[in-house]
Amino acid sequence: MGNPFVDGFIKIGFAARFFLAVLWQSGTAFRRFGLIIREVYFSGVLSLVIILVSGLFVGMVLGLQGYDTLQRFGASEALGVLVSLSLLRELGPVVAGLLFASRAGSAITAEIGLMKATEQLVAMEMMAVNPVARVIAPRFWAGVISMPILAALFSTMGILGGYLVGVVLIGVDAGSFWSQMQSQVDLYQDIGNGLIKSVVFGIAVSVIAVFEGFDAPATAEGVSGATTRTVVTSSLVILGLDFILTAFMFRGI
Amino acid sequence: MNRRVYDFWVGLFVILGIASLAFLALRVSNVSSGNPTKVYRVTAAFDNIGGLKVRAPVKSAGVVVGRVANIQLDPKTYRAVVSIDIEQRFSFSKDSSAEILTSGILGDQYVGLNPGGDDAMLAAGDKITLTSSALVLERLISQFMFSKASENKDSAGTSAAAAPAK
Amino acid sequence: MGPSGNIFLLVHCNVNFPDQLLSERPCFKIASPMPPSAQIVPAPSLVEIDNVTFAYDTRTILKGISLSIPKGKVVAIMGGSGCGKTTLLRLIGGQIKPSKGEVRVAGSAVHELDGDALYDLRRKMGMLFQFGALFTDMSVYENVAFQMREHTDLPESMIRDLVLMKLNAVGLRGAAHLMPSELSGGMARRVALARAIALDPMLMMYDEPFAGLDPISLGVIGQLIRQLNDALGATSILVTHDIVESLAIVDYVYFVSEGSIVAEGTPAEIRASQEPFVRQFVGGLPDGPVPFQYPAKPYADDLMGAPRA
Repeated sequence: MGNPFVDGFIKIGFAARFFLAVLWQSGTAFRRFGLIIREVYFSGVLSLVIILVSGLFVGMVLGLQGYDTLQRFGASEALGVLVSLSLLRELGPVVAGLLFASRAGSAITAEIGLMKATEQLVAMEMMAVNPVARVIAPRFWAGVISMPILAALFSTMGILGGYLVGVVLIGVDAGSFWSQMQSQVDLYQDIGNGLIKSVVFGIAVSVIAVFEGFDAPATAEGVSGATTRTVVTSSLVILGLDFILTAFMFRGI
Repeated sequence: MNRRVYDFWVGLFVILGIASLAFLALRVSNVSSGNPTKVYRVTAAFDNIGGLKVRAPVKSAGVVVGRVANIQLDPKTYRAVVSIDIEQRFSFSKDSSAEILTSGILGDQYVGLNPGGDDAMLAAGDKITLTSSALVLERLISQFMFSKASENKDSAGTSAAAAPAK
Repeated sequence: MGPSGNIFLLVHCNVNFPDQLLSERPCFKIASPMPPSAQIVPAPSLVEIDNVTFAYDTRTILKGISLSIPKGKVVAIMGGSGCGKTTLLRLIGGQIKPSKGEVRVAGSAVHELDGDALYDLRRKMGMLFQFGALFTDMSVYENVAFQMREHTDLPESMIRDLVLMKLNAVGLRGAAHLMPSELSGGMARRVALARAIALDPMLMMYDEPFAGLDPISLGVIGQLIRQLNDALGATSILVTHDIVESLAIVDYVYFVSEGSIVAEGTPAEIRASQEPFVRQFVGGLPDGPVPFQYPAKPYADDLMGAPRA
């Protein structure tokens, strides 16, 4: 048809049907849990390095910038609160989501796209094994499982990074750093909502990655284009969903 | 790469995740560590609660002894009924007073409990009768302006009265 | 030429592999290389393509084509690129539905089968894809064991024996632990063949099995296709445009051009045919029914017309 809007709607419609098919076939994937574990290794464990290091650096920067701003108002003891709330509510889920999309999402898309290009998916179908159940669904669920864990690890490393810079390097009082944090951070409002966000982002990134791989044209340029689209679309969706979720979750405060 | 290697690393990954969540929950958030402390609930009615929120601390002599559990408007008396959970180990006399204070100048509001002299202690379901509402800034300012204005009037009046006497 | 010695295969007397295995004693057949011969005894058709038309978007790929594949034979479907050969395989495998007409395998119309019945049918088919399509995240052993693990409840020890047997049949038992990325093209194709025959299918389909192979591998694959077909008592369909190798091993040839059959016959008949398309194809002649020049306006007009523009 050519019209970009119509093509876009067609693609979204196809993606929605595909998502439902993945969910429908997920029962088989869970019965063969070894498959999911293998994919959690490739999506989650192999992303650990980038998540932990980035978390540390983000936390350290928060510590620096936070101290610089807070001490102008004589509120430098609130550094712990600043670092922890920023990470738990926003930076943890969002940045971890963006990093996950770039590292694991693109890898999943490339792998599935390549399997499609080399006819492995068709071969599986011809062997009477449903490729959606065997190949796609495990990768989807692995992403959904890995994301919250990675987001939590990111936030933890960030808080430690903030502690490192704020207390150890700059000299903010350790006691007030932790005690103010503990009084201001709520288990359900902050940590819980951050967890919900990371699960939602995990679902979004995984669906996009898996779909783009499945839909990729069976050529080299097709696969590379699909990989790029995964990263870009995932990033935009994460940021958009973040706004919507934040508006719902933190309105009352 | 065989199954065992994957299982090992994924297991480690999941354990790390749970550990970090535990760290966040216990060390970073305001969850009181360890066993849930036993509390008993009493109510207090205020004319104005100001900015008091649920889960705000209840302090006596500055020490946290409980939390605000619930805030409701009594449709008959049009007063705010605040339910507070006080930890079991703290007993307050039946004639204790509750006031709504602000931590710092512009900080969050909390409930301050002052013990009275009565021998009988508050039990679950009791009402604290002596209450003092929150200071609402506008009322404070208008009170101040009003008192300042009447002061001037008085001093003007007395000086006017004193002047002719001279 | 070809794998030395005899092929010793665990072959079951009936086609229904998983059900019969535990109840019957499996029968062993020793298959020796058989000369490709046109057996004159008429055999019932396993696959029937009945006046099938297939169109995709606006292009009609197959135009009312009819052919039948007799049981137990090796049949080649030949033609130039884009003539619809691969489409035929896809129709037989149930991946696409014909716009008109019927495709019947073992008597049942493929496109009318529901999900379960289609999967049952596919378990009795083996397909060899153009470049092998081995699962890159699994080793050679695991690739061949894939179907056994997915569709049967056989214990690992038995699967191991079967896998090694299949690999031995294609001459790659020693490569069982390698990953697909470590294999050469010819080896990958042979492993894919071992994988395709894992459950002793009744119908084998080969999509360009000879594409891109060196002469030795060509010979090996050709011999394997023939020998496995006869040893398994299966039927094979070869989609190819390799004349030399296929005419050496098949029983019958169909020539497809632009969506319909232009010629058919036994290899001897094809070699002797005077039909212009067949002669151009078999002889590798540059010009004939398939023109050399891409359609364009007359050469003189093109040259003369340039300055005026």
